[in-house]
Amino acid sequence: MTAIPDGTTTDLSSPEQRPGRASPRAARGRWDWLGVLPYFAFLTLFLIWPVFYLVSGAFQDQAGHFTFQNILDLSSPSIATSYWLSIRLSFASAAIGTVTGTLLAYALILGGMPKWLRNAVTTFSGVASNFAGVPLAFAFIATFGRLGLVTVVLRDAFGFNLYATGFSLFSFWGLALTYLYFQMPLMLLVITPAMEGLRTEWREAAESLGASPFQFWRMVGAPVLAPSVLGCFLLLFANAFGTLATVIALTGSNFSVVPILLFQQIRGNVLYNPNLGYALALGMIFIMIFSNTLYLVLRSRAERWQK
Amino acid sequence: MSFLTLNSVKKAFGANTVVKDFNLSVAQGEFVSFLGPSGCGKTTVLRMVAGFETPTSGAIGIDGQDVTRLRPNQRNIGMVFQAYALFPNLNVAQNVGFGLRVARMPKAEIDARVDEMLRLIGLRDLGERYPFQLSGGQQQRVALARALAPKPRVLLLDEPLSALDAKIRVSLREEIRSIQKQLGITTIFVTHDQEEALSISDRIVVMHQGIADQVGTPFEIYNRPTTRFVAQFVGTLNLLDARVLDAARGHVQVGETPVALNRSLNGAGEAISLALRPEVIALGQREGHDVTLSGLIRDVNFLGSVIRVRMEVAGHSISLDTFNRPDAPPPAVGTKAEISVAARDLLVLAD
Amino acid sequence: MKRRFPIFSTLIVLLAAAYFLIPLFAAFEFSLHMKRGYLSFAAYRSVFHSDEFISTLTFSAVASFAAILLGAILVVPTAYWVRLRLPKLRPVVEFLSLLPLIIPPVVLVFGHLRLFGTGSFLPLTMSEMGTNILLVMGYVILSLPYMFRAVDNGMAAIDIATLTEAAESLGASRWRTIVDIIFPNVRSAIVSGAFLTFSISLGEFVLASLLNRPAFGPYMVQLGQDRAYEPAALAIMSFALTWLLMAAMQAFANRKPGQRLLPRIRSSASTSKAQ
Repeated sequence: MTAIPDGTTTDLSSPEQRPGRASPRAARGRWDWLGVLPYFAFLTLFLIWPVFYLVSGAFQDQAGHFTFQNILDLSSPSIATSYWLSIRLSFASAAIGTVTGTLLAYALILGGMPKWLRNAVTTFSGVASNFAGVPLAFAFIATFGRLGLVTVVLRDAFGFNLYATGFSLFSFWGLALTYLYFQMPLMLLVITPAMEGLRTEWREAAESLGASPFQFWRMVGAPVLAPSVLGCFLLLFANAFGTLATVIALTGSNFSVVPILLFQQIRGNVLYNPNLGYALALGMIFIMIFSNTLYLVLRSRAERWQK
Repeated sequence: MSFLTLNSVKKAFGANTVVKDFNLSVAQGEFVSFLGPSGCGKTTVLRMVAGFETPTSGAIGIDGQDVTRLRPNQRNIGMVFQAYALFPNLNVAQNVGFGLRVARMPKAEIDARVDEMLRLIGLRDLGERYPFQLSGGQQQRVALARALAPKPRVLLLDEPLSALDAKIRVSLREEIRSIQKQLGITTIFVTHDQEEALSISDRIVVMHQGIADQVGTPFEIYNRPTTRFVAQFVGTLNLLDARVLDAARGHVQVGETPVALNRSLNGAGEAISLALRPEVIALGQREGHDVTLSGLIRDVNFLGSVIRVRMEVAGHSISLDTFNRPDAPPPAVGTKAEISVAARDLLVLAD
Repeated sequence: MKRRFPIFSTLIVLLAAAYFLIPLFAAFEFSLHMKRGYLSFAAYRSVFHSDEFISTLTFSAVASFAAILLGAILVVPTAYWVRLRLPKLRPVVEFLSLLPLIIPPVVLVFGHLRLFGTGSFLPLTMSEMGTNILLVMGYVILSLPYMFRAVDNGMAAIDIATLTEAAESLGASRWRTIVDIIFPNVRSAIVSGAFLTFSISLGEFVLASLLNRPAFGPYMVQLGQDRAYEPAALAIMSFALTWLLMAAMQAFANRKPGQRLLPRIRSSASTSKAQ
């Protein structure tokens, strides 16, 4: 999944909604819907129907009868472990991405950094948030792998053996560290509008009323940013949850997060039950819908304040 | 005894000096307006009083205390911003009570004070509302209540009305003035709108290029401007070039007409500018008007109760206002006419 | 209030810069060490001389172009028509365009494999061409949110409805209007969307791998398992390419056709009068 670079909403007050325009067209409007038919047909055939096929399959047994058994089977140890691992990894990488991305946005927007630096970092973030997948894994292997630059420099120059601490690029924290490369820039890009919306007058008003900078952040700054930050966290969570190529390039198929499990199921029916595979997909869709919807709700709440 | 004093305050941003040697003392309870075009330094002076900017040199004192190096949150000053700046995550009551909460006042006292303030601005029922649910005028009144709640020593208003509709602007400025009088709070009001400044101030400071051009009551500022800038910025003004004939006795010549000003012009140069307001000029002769000039009527605008006439006099365009009289039709364009004015109403402008 | 040097902010920016730049430097440095004892671009040469690299990259590039073409054909008329005639439908159309963001690629391809597999009404996966088509369709879906947003923003920037009415009132046919006025004015928006689509699908792994296509993404993963230095070289090249594509995308997204608007209406009107 890649990032939509700006966090703007679509503008619904566009000029086509002017009154008086509809009347002369109403007469010839009966066949207007034909113009969007290809679009709807395409999406139905290649997006909605396939997804619906999986969803309905999740509620059928192998003979085609309705059942909840597949959903219940998701709690079987191997699958539940995968979900738990995915959720923990997504949570950790989203949390780190949220904190670091917010700090970076703070430093660049409110921290007195020069404007050119801010533009440079924003441009870089647009690239880095789209630089996911296989090449990213390669770059990190060259950095934090057993023979990676950082590993070697730490060992030879500082006598510090990174891998003796239990760290491995091909494990939980290694993946979280790698995900950060697209999570932090994504956070920077989506939190920037909210950070810019923190008006200097609020800080000045608070100060003139006797508040210390800390009191301002506790009573105004943090509460105003909170919905945006939380919303962006959920976006990052979903982003991490769907990540697959990076994991495969780093760990082969050994690290069984949900997308990997599904990948293997598609390759070779490792669950020995196609319908359980559908349920696995349904679970992913459910988590994606949940976090994305909550993200949108929180964003609209935050935008109410940005006026 | 002055309550707020600014002594030789200067502010430079890099090589750009925006406030040059600014001196002012404001008495307790006084309402002083800073009037000037944008970029004249009026907001910078206000922000230095608030503590958001530090003067490059000079000193600011409040009630005998030197506050020049004090942080804004230690100055006990109330400030109202142009764009309201209400905290969006707090409701009206919480916004008003913000300064009291910061000062760790007991909750019961905060509630009582908030209620008192909301009553003062007439929004007692809206305490639970959030800022985005209020109109601009309501938001600005809440901002005023918030600034006043902690009983500040000085109230600073930074163009508080410019974001509002014309109608609300007038009613709110009257409300601000009445609240200010009621509380007797020392107030500085920054505006670029001369009508606003004239109508509500005890004194006005007209600022121009970082300098206080003139300080005085609205009446003095309007009727006795001391610089060309003040005369031009405040109200409409007609200018006439004159040649000095006798500086000591005050004899000058406008075009071909000699004019006796009856006051000494010592120190003025060979050529001077005379200024006169449209309302002091009469069309034709009038008692007490000892200066008469003739000219050509170029344009007549019938505005209802007032008729504005534009004339050409000695190569200058002169505007004058006459009241409408049902029995006398307005003069015709292109005709010759005489205007008269009292010599004491002719202002001599220093550049 | 004194302005102090922003130590905290500087520290954060330096740490972030280290985190972002060290992997790039490390990959670059590593890629130069293929020949023992001295630095060389041997890894890059090795990549470029591999037939598989050329063939998989060509395959992915063709698939990406096909997806761009199909995506544009699908999105441009729809976005135009919706803005012009069916404004009430726009929220639905836009919502649908965003759906691919919440369907992970692995789920999408799973659905495709099941729905278009053996014994289906449209058994695309049974033939090589069919599978290729399915891959392109998948890329169109994956890039739809970006394509639609780019084109729709481009159309929002010029008042498409008024422009169309102006052209028609001057005698232009519907077809002339689209070809001579609408298309030139949203061309840079389409190109901007195209670059994004390209950057998404060129190195795409999940769809290509599960559909068993000889594409660039699976090739890179394979290379990562077989070789040591070439992957690092690939990472550097791919980062450079991503940067290039994003820069091109930005450049086109920000281009405003404003000044050209009026002359174009006039010229089209005169040509249609001549008909």
